[in-house]
Amino acid sequence: MQALTNRVKDVDRRPMTFGEKIYLPAVLKGMSITFSHMFRKKPTINFPEQTRQFSPVFRGLHVLNRDEEGRERCTACGLCAVACPAEAITMEAAERKVGEENLYREEKYAARYEINMLRCIFCGLCEEACPKDAIYLSETFTPSNYNRKGLIYDKEDLLIPNPLTEKADLAKAKGL
Amino acid sequence: MSEQQLFKVTIDNITINVAPGTSILHAARSIGGDVAPPAMCFYSKLQGSGGKCRTCLVEVSKGSEKDPRPMPKLVASCRTTVMDGMEVKNITSSKVKEARAGVVEFLLINHPLDCPICDQAGECHLQDLGYEHGKAGTRYEFQRRTFHKHDIGPYIQLHMTRCILCYRCIYTADQLTNKREHGVLSRGDHSEIATYIEKALDNDFIGNVIDVCPVGALTDKTFRFKNRVWFTKPVDAHRDCPTCAGKVQLWMRGDEVFRVTARKDEWGEVKDTADGKTGWICNECRFEKKNVNDWVIEGPSVISRHSVIAQGHYLGLKKPEETIVKVMDGQKPRFFMDIHDVSEVNRPNIDLSLIEGPATSDTFNGKQKD
Repeated sequence: MQALTNRVKDVDRRPMTFGEKIYLPAVLKGMSITFSHMFRKKPTINFPEQTRQFSPVFRGLHVLNRDEEGRERCTACGLCAVACPAEAITMEAAERKVGEENLYREEKYAARYEINMLRCIFCGLCEEACPKDAIYLSETFTPSNYNRKGLIYDKEDLLIPNPLTEKADLAKAKGL
Repeated sequence: MSEQQLFKVTIDNITINVAPGTSILHAARSIGGDVAPPAMCFYSKLQGSGGKCRTCLVEVSKGSEKDPRPMPKLVASCRTTVMDGMEVKNITSSKVKEARAGVVEFLLINHPLDCPICDQAGECHLQDLGYEHGKAGTRYEFQRRTFHKHDIGPYIQLHMTRCILCYRCIYTADQLTNKREHGVLSRGDHSEIATYIEKALDNDFIGNVIDVCPVGALTDKTFRFKNRVWFTKPVDAHRDCPTCAGKVQLWMRGDEVFRVTARKDEWGEVKDTADGKTGWICNECRFEKKNVNDWVIEGPSVISRHSVIAQGHYLGLKKPEETIVKVMDGQKPRFFMDIHDVSEVNRPNIDLSLIEGPATSDTFNGKQKD
């Protein structure tokens, strides 16, 4: 029969010799391979104490951006939700009232904004679609969770710390 | 005049016969498709409209059979009638394309780029026009014009900055209602649509100015910021209305009616009803009937699949049969999580479609707006 690939190996069906029958040399050979690995460089790291460097195009957990005055940039235009191939983003908009100008940048804002991290595929299309520079994919992983409930991220989970009132938190989030 | 002589017109190398007195725009629309020039101010259902925006400019390369000279300048197709043997170039003319890009630039000089906030986004004719015929950048470097905010009642939201002065709403108010309360004030750059004294327009048919407006200058206040049009599903519906034909389009999300509009044809104009009248709808149908039980639903509206409104509408969708119940001897599948238990969006105690104006922080903080 013609082989489909050139990696075919015929099985050796000769009866075992005495040396092979006592198994011990083969066991020792295997153990020595295992032992030699102890002295090699470890390919793993101790996450989360140690982290690897991300590539510059890494797309991780989303953040909702604020402007320099700490106002939310998102105006709930729905372009991220319509761009989302996984349909992970939902939102509800509201009108800014008089006196809320320091909270929201535009006349309309997202009163509710949710990303379902169970659905999200981190493609970054929401970031590309956003006309207001409001949503970004940061260079952090989405933390794992024991239950699904914890992976529905609402606006409070996503918003960055206010650059005016929460300077320390923002610096920490930036990793400074 | 029993037998009318039909005129032969050639538009973009497509020849048709139309009755004398037909405008070039109408002739092009009877061919349909890309041949029809865009129109921002002309509205076939409103007498006297047209001739203002200049987006429908076309090149007449041959005046008529008798006088074959081309017209010296581009002409507004909505106001120019056809002649026998006329040859018109629309998308085949580079002059027209260039002129149209210029017109779009002019229209956008004072138009704010707030499409992310504007409720008209997704069904805005200026947005479509900009995408199709406009240029990517702007050369305008001055302040855009601004206006004092006019409150024109609880139903209609006026954003004067977005207005392109097409006068369609003025004609609507003039021709549909017997008492005209709003018109254009001032001149030139300062002209604006307003009511004389800031009083509510209380005519039964005034809501139609919303449908007629090609941009987001006049929008439905009861729909303001409630949802984006492309997340709502349009369905045709009707009800027995004493004042109007009652044939409308409902914009729904689940069982909630977010918005009621008149039915539109392929040119974005209000459709005629079966008896040949224009299907204008009354204010009661438009603003008051936000309950699905008020309406008899006929079925989903046909939306061009090139429109963003068609996103997520899977036509001819066939749901696969649920097999779990069958396989598990009638046992229902157990879900790990129901998203509605967790999600804060779309809570059952907040009916956005039923509150009158736009939602505010009060709506979401438990204090329902009265």
